[in-house]
Amino acid sequence: MAVLARASRTDLQARLADCPALPPHSRLRGPETGLMMLRGRAGGDGAPFNLSEITVTRCAVSLPDGQVGHAYVTGRDLAQAELAALVDAALQDPARRAALLDVVIEPLAAAQAEAAAAQSRKAAATRVQFFTMATMR
Amino acid sequence: MAYVAVKGGEKAISHAHDWLAETRRGNPALPELEVDQIEQQLGLAVDRVMAEGACHDRGLAALAIKQAQGDLIEAAFLLRAYRTTLPRFGHAAPLDTATMRIRRRVSATYKDLPGGQVLGPTYDYTHRLLDFSLAAAGEAPPPAPQAAVAQPEALRVTELLAREGLMARDSESDAEPPDLTRQPLDFPASRAARLQNLARGDEGFLLGLGYSTQRGYGGNHPFVGEIRQGHVTVAFTPPELGFEIELGDILVTECQMVNQFHGSKAEPPQFTRGYGLVLGAGERKAMAMSLVDRALMAGELGEDRVAPAQDEEFVLLHSDNVEATGFVEHLKLPHYVDFQSELEVVRRMRATAIAEASSPAEKELAE
Repeated sequence: MAVLARASRTDLQARLADCPALPPHSRLRGPETGLMMLRGRAGGDGAPFNLSEITVTRCAVSLPDGQVGHAYVTGRDLAQAELAALVDAALQDPARRAALLDVVIEPLAAAQAEAAAAQSRKAAATRVQFFTMATMR
Repeated sequence: MAYVAVKGGEKAISHAHDWLAETRRGNPALPELEVDQIEQQLGLAVDRVMAEGACHDRGLAALAIKQAQGDLIEAAFLLRAYRTTLPRFGHAAPLDTATMRIRRRVSATYKDLPGGQVLGPTYDYTHRLLDFSLAAAGEAPPPAPQAAVAQPEALRVTELLAREGLMARDSESDAEPPDLTRQPLDFPASRAARLQNLARGDEGFLLGLGYSTQRGYGGNHPFVGEIRQGHVTVAFTPPELGFEIELGDILVTECQMVNQFHGSKAEPPQFTRGYGLVLGAGERKAMAMSLVDRALMAGELGEDRVAPAQDEEFVLLHSDNVEATGFVEHLKLPHYVDFQSELEVVRRMRATAIAEASSPAEKELAE
């Protein structure tokens, strides 16, 4: 679900194009957009406080065989949340799970990890390398 | 009665709004700004509108900026108004800034610290000379350099001090915090209410107050223990699932301002800290917030409350730019009846004063 939540609608659609078609689904709830309150902690590790809200879109769907899929994603993209819920439901179908993991989830996870790693390497490139002063006390 | 309802003017208002729309668009021979362009290329304005509008949604903030012609307070107002149309699904788990994927992390208190000094995409050390090469549309700059090894997660500087017992720890608690979007502010305000208020507060107001503490109005000689900026995970436990799921990542900036504290009867001498946390890359705001947060702790730490920044009613009741705008700008609305009554009073007082000036008592004095 973490990988699906971070995948944009276009990324999801592109990966699903390489997969056997998903079964028809019915909507149990949504897709609908609402708010979630974000919290921080005083000092980073103290008591929680309310920071700001964030837009969140959620969806729940069911498949003809009874699997139920859920999605909660940040932002307002209804189609993204519905697709994510659909894939979540299909992943619970043992007949589809392996293919979906191979073709959809793992490539998305790898792309997300690489994007995060690239950011992190850019950050590391701005790390200050101090000259060492032997005489410094 | 502050003002009276006035009928009429619908046509004038409608024409004024038409002209506003034309003005907003500017010269139609030039291409129209797209919301995506604002979101991507005016990112710090988007961050500020999200922080002060207290709603994280880059697309909505960019749209609000376009609609408000770049008036960021008006844009924050638009975002606040929009959020009232949405239902609340719940609250996320507190953001864990210790496991932040760091983009920037600097400390003014330690040179060599675990995790290092990471500058990130900063304006610091730029020369503040106008760059005329940006005036002409050109090619996108080359991608930023990447190091061979990724930046590791880094321990908080305040944690280093706390482990030595030199830093007051914030009380560990999972108490349900008050929510200013649901309940009005109550005094004395809890730390959680203060932090929420400051996080939504106007950057300019908090910057001025933070500056005032440095200049001696409630001074507490601060050091930037640490500023860190990066992505944190938004996690939530949906009641229908019963376990925590991740919804995505957001960029936040955190500032830990370290201040000396001489100790009191209950507490030995140690450092205390002010805390700032804002959406996006609003570093100036995070720093100002942490200065004001520390100043507002005066009461709890037994310090004298002498300066504006230490007065929580003064700070918390005037920090919100949407509220401040509403009350200042309402003065534009018709106050015809109010003013008529004042006019009457001033005329009567003038008449009395002039009559007294020419009264016999005055004449005697003159003789």
